[in-house]
Amino acid sequence: MNSDLKIQDLGETARTDSLGRDLFSQALSRHGQKLERGETATLQINVGLLCNQSCRHCHVSAGPQRKEIMDSETVEAVIAYARRNRFNSVDITGGAPELNPHITRLIEGLSPLTSRLMVRSNLTVLNGIEMEALTALFIKHRVILMASFPSLNEEQTDSQRGPGTFKTSLNVLRKLNSLGYGQTDSGLELHLVSNPNGAFLHSSQMQMEKRFREILGRKWGIVFNRLLSLANVPLGRYRQWLTASGTLEQYMAKLSSAFNACALEGLMCKTLVSVSWEGILYDCDFNSAAGLYLGGRRIHVSEMAGLPAPGTAIAVSDYCLTCAAGAGFT
Amino acid sequence: MERYYKPEDLPKFEEIGQEAQKLAQKFFDYYSTVMAEGELSEREKALIALSVAHAIQCPYCIDAYTQACLEKGSNLAEMTEAIHVVTAVRGGASLIHGLQMRNVAQKLSM
Repeated sequence: MNSDLKIQDLGETARTDSLGRDLFSQALSRHGQKLERGETATLQINVGLLCNQSCRHCHVSAGPQRKEIMDSETVEAVIAYARRNRFNSVDITGGAPELNPHITRLIEGLSPLTSRLMVRSNLTVLNGIEMEALTALFIKHRVILMASFPSLNEEQTDSQRGPGTFKTSLNVLRKLNSLGYGQTDSGLELHLVSNPNGAFLHSSQMQMEKRFREILGRKWGIVFNRLLSLANVPLGRYRQWLTASGTLEQYMAKLSSAFNACALEGLMCKTLVSVSWEGILYDCDFNSAAGLYLGGRRIHVSEMAGLPAPGTAIAVSDYCLTCAAGAGFT
Repeated sequence: MERYYKPEDLPKFEEIGQEAQKLAQKFFDYYSTVMAEGELSEREKALIALSVAHAIQCPYCIDAYTQACLEKGSNLAEMTEAIHVVTAVRGGASLIHGLQMRNVAQKLSM
């Protein structure tokens, strides 16, 4: 992706005060806070923007037409970086990570190097016989699946993620359950990720998890470990939708009013380093989508010997309000 | 006055406490306690509130509880059904008074 384009996408509706500060920086200032990196424990890898879905909330605007894919050379550079630094957790995202042709090598290379290897899956990509080998690989390496399941309602799910998504997702969840994923004591963790279907925020994650567990179990016999309720980040296709629907200002105001200074300490950007499909380092995947480099300069993962230094300033913009809203973001 | 109802007034609800702070505080404390999860979930309470909002035809309440219902995980079909419940009760309340009409009419008629 062209970095200039990314910044331009954000700039059309960015709001700044007289000092040129974005909404998030203004909120930090009001609370006398600043955002700096802590000890890095998680490596996040975006293996590309190719996806079988074109979700309306996607902050990287992933889709079937996207050509941006992490190549084998970069995959090896990422594995080498993980070998040099040993992260507690590794978080593989996309696009649909399963569609990267080097995903098997990446998982096999990273699995011995971390105790928690996670893959973010949209579920529908795992529907089909060609994915059986990949599912077997996930089981072999005890890969933790973070599965997108936004809503218990078919219409809401399909309007966000495309026709047929809801039913296909249920089928894949049943299959994963039959293989042990989400089952007590199986050692195969299956977590669901829910996100709002529009310009609003979800409320209590605990109450949502309780309801999802009850309804998925009763109606479809599906089990899972935990549910994460994540807010949509106003970037990419989601920001375009907010702008087109005339709800961007309302959404940003909602995020601003939900700003929680207590959530800052637990923000993932403090302890995570994110590698883009090109191998460039960022403080998080959202900064990657917006083109805000880690430490303010373009560094390739192969050039980075160690971890980012604690105390380094984290690049921020208005969308950072999403992670600081309510209970924070994981 | 340009218009009676202004959407921008909704987030200013707490300003009503400026002239009667103690009363407002008691009201808002009661309000937040009522709407918190108890025997009913917050989602169920928001659906009830949405129904009532339509019964009393309060645009502020309709706006607020439409958002609340979505935030708490309800969908449009559930929210529409909830409004039909209040519509049925309102309609039934009119219809049951037809018995009063019948009583009066029967008493006056030969």
